[in-house]
Amino acid sequence: MALSLLDSRGTPLEQQRFTWKDLVQKPISKLDDDAFTRVRVILMNGIESEAVRFSHLCARMNRDLQVPLARVRRIDHHQETMVNWLLGPDHSPIETTVAYEQVAIEVTAALAQQEPDPYVAQALRFALLEDFDHLYRYSALMDRIEGMDPNNILQTYTDIMAGRPTAVEHRMPEDDVRKPYERGKAHPLTKLNAMTLVAGEYQTRDYYMHFGPTFADPVARQVYAEIASIEEQHVTHYESLIDPNETWLEKWLLHEANEAWNYYGCAQQETNPRIKAIWERMLDYELGQFQFAADIFKNVERRDPAEVIPAQLPDPFPYKSNRDFVRQALRNEVDLRAKGTEFVPLAEDSQASQQYRNHMNSEGSPTETVAAGYQWVPGGELWRRVANV
Amino acid sequence: METGTKMGMNKTGVQTSPIDVDRMLSDSPRSAKTTASDGAGIAAVRTSYITEAEAVGTIPMPGTVKGAAKTAAKKLTGRRPEVLIDALGARLAFERSGVRLYEAVLTKYQATPEKLPGMSAEQLTHFRDEEAQHYKMLADCLQSLGADPTAQTPGADITGVESMGLMKVIEDPRANLQQTLHALLVLELADNGSWELLIKLAEDMGQDRMAQAFRQALQNENEHLMHVRQWHEQCVRGQAT
Repeated sequence: MALSLLDSRGTPLEQQRFTWKDLVQKPISKLDDDAFTRVRVILMNGIESEAVRFSHLCARMNRDLQVPLARVRRIDHHQETMVNWLLGPDHSPIETTVAYEQVAIEVTAALAQQEPDPYVAQALRFALLEDFDHLYRYSALMDRIEGMDPNNILQTYTDIMAGRPTAVEHRMPEDDVRKPYERGKAHPLTKLNAMTLVAGEYQTRDYYMHFGPTFADPVARQVYAEIASIEEQHVTHYESLIDPNETWLEKWLLHEANEAWNYYGCAQQETNPRIKAIWERMLDYELGQFQFAADIFKNVERRDPAEVIPAQLPDPFPYKSNRDFVRQALRNEVDLRAKGTEFVPLAEDSQASQQYRNHMNSEGSPTETVAAGYQWVPGGELWRRVANV
Repeated sequence: METGTKMGMNKTGVQTSPIDVDRMLSDSPRSAKTTASDGAGIAAVRTSYITEAEAVGTIPMPGTVKGAAKTAAKKLTGRRPEVLIDALGARLAFERSGVRLYEAVLTKYQATPEKLPGMSAEQLTHFRDEEAQHYKMLADCLQSLGADPTAQTPGADITGVESMGLMKVIEDPRANLQQTLHALLVLELADNGSWELLIKLAEDMGQDRMAQAFRQALQNENEHLMHVRQWHEQCVRGQAT
């Protein structure tokens, strides 16, 4: 069943309150909870983080909106805290990283399959194959540097194998900027998909930038530096899909709708009852925030919010393994490259990007080094060695 | 909070999804199926950074040596005082953290309904107080050498990094008493080895009074280790039967 933004007015803003105990609840179990519970926790942290980021930028450019934005932003910040603190302290930075890549793969694959605009769908599959490779490189890093099995995190939902090699993902900035959808014509799903992925990729970039320097091993520090650079490219890639002609208020409204849409999908599919209750509470908060933003939109722009996003939102995307879809994309599109706004065959790859990546890789490629000859087996690569003894 | 561990819905292994595992292992067109890497590439990157690396930091220059401090400091003439100062700094940091860790263990013990025979809040409090005494004694030793007991020496820094995981376990509300005691056991084992070395080092440096005080500290630590080892063993073996 799809969510209607107008069926409920949600929780009024003044009732959206927290205590510190509320914000810091019992974390999920790394061992016993389903991997998709963690996927939802990570994605929703990214969605809230984007809400806060957007709100600050909007406030800097709109004096009259500063107080209403600040009111909603405080709540967003606390929502983000409540969600992100659900990750238990036994998640090491490399384990959380593997989980982040699982989010990137499974969420992007799900969104790509429902994306109605062929160009945007192509853009999603393009970045998907790059994140898929990141999982393979980080898995090799985890296995070879820390002696741990990445599948303990992935729970066999996501393949560990090479995608478009990270070493060839480095591009000139002009080859990362895509064509935007047109705000008046785009399907609501296109808008929601693009916003969801900008949020996910931005938090991934930030996570790698925060935690990369906390690793002692120079190999790990290099791998994080390299993949963080691609995540920065992916933020450019996804945000350029969004129509820059949307007004600030239009974007605010879309952010609120996207938060509600995502929480709704989480609440519908959550298997842990305690976490499901959190998603339901957050959904009610978002419906209240949407109403708040919609009232301001109507007063200021004198337009119907339905011009921006229909009250009846598309069905949420399914949280499930997308192995077959990813493999098909891998077979058909792994050799595609980006040139300007287009996706081109290998032979037509951008010369400027080739020169750029040749220089970046000229003192060695961290992701190639760490994954040389790597093939995952249950228990990790060492199992092959000890089993042969 | 429970004392031990139970069977449940752990989802991390492959036994629950044999079909998916077969699919993961088969049809991996882009993954290299060649022989596994010999690790030469990783070793080369590590080597280049090890070769270029600078130390984590230095020992601060001693301040002005006054009064009684002169006697101890003089004995270091002709030796390398920074070795002793670093070791004392590392022990001081470890003992200071040890006080906080025993406080955390005490809270966990008190919050755990099931009690272990022989383990008591009084005993944990006593151990915590001894860690605090060791901290004070080490600070006095550093001052007697004209060194700054508030400075973080390289040894203290690295010791802190070593302890990070153990500290996380002890402070995690979900880590049960058995898991907490195991972390404490690892800490006490490292602590004992370090006190033994510190006694020898103090003797080498002509610091007989210090060595004497350290022997007393090692006696305390031996007692800590014996009890923690015993409690942990009781905890594990008690659950098995």
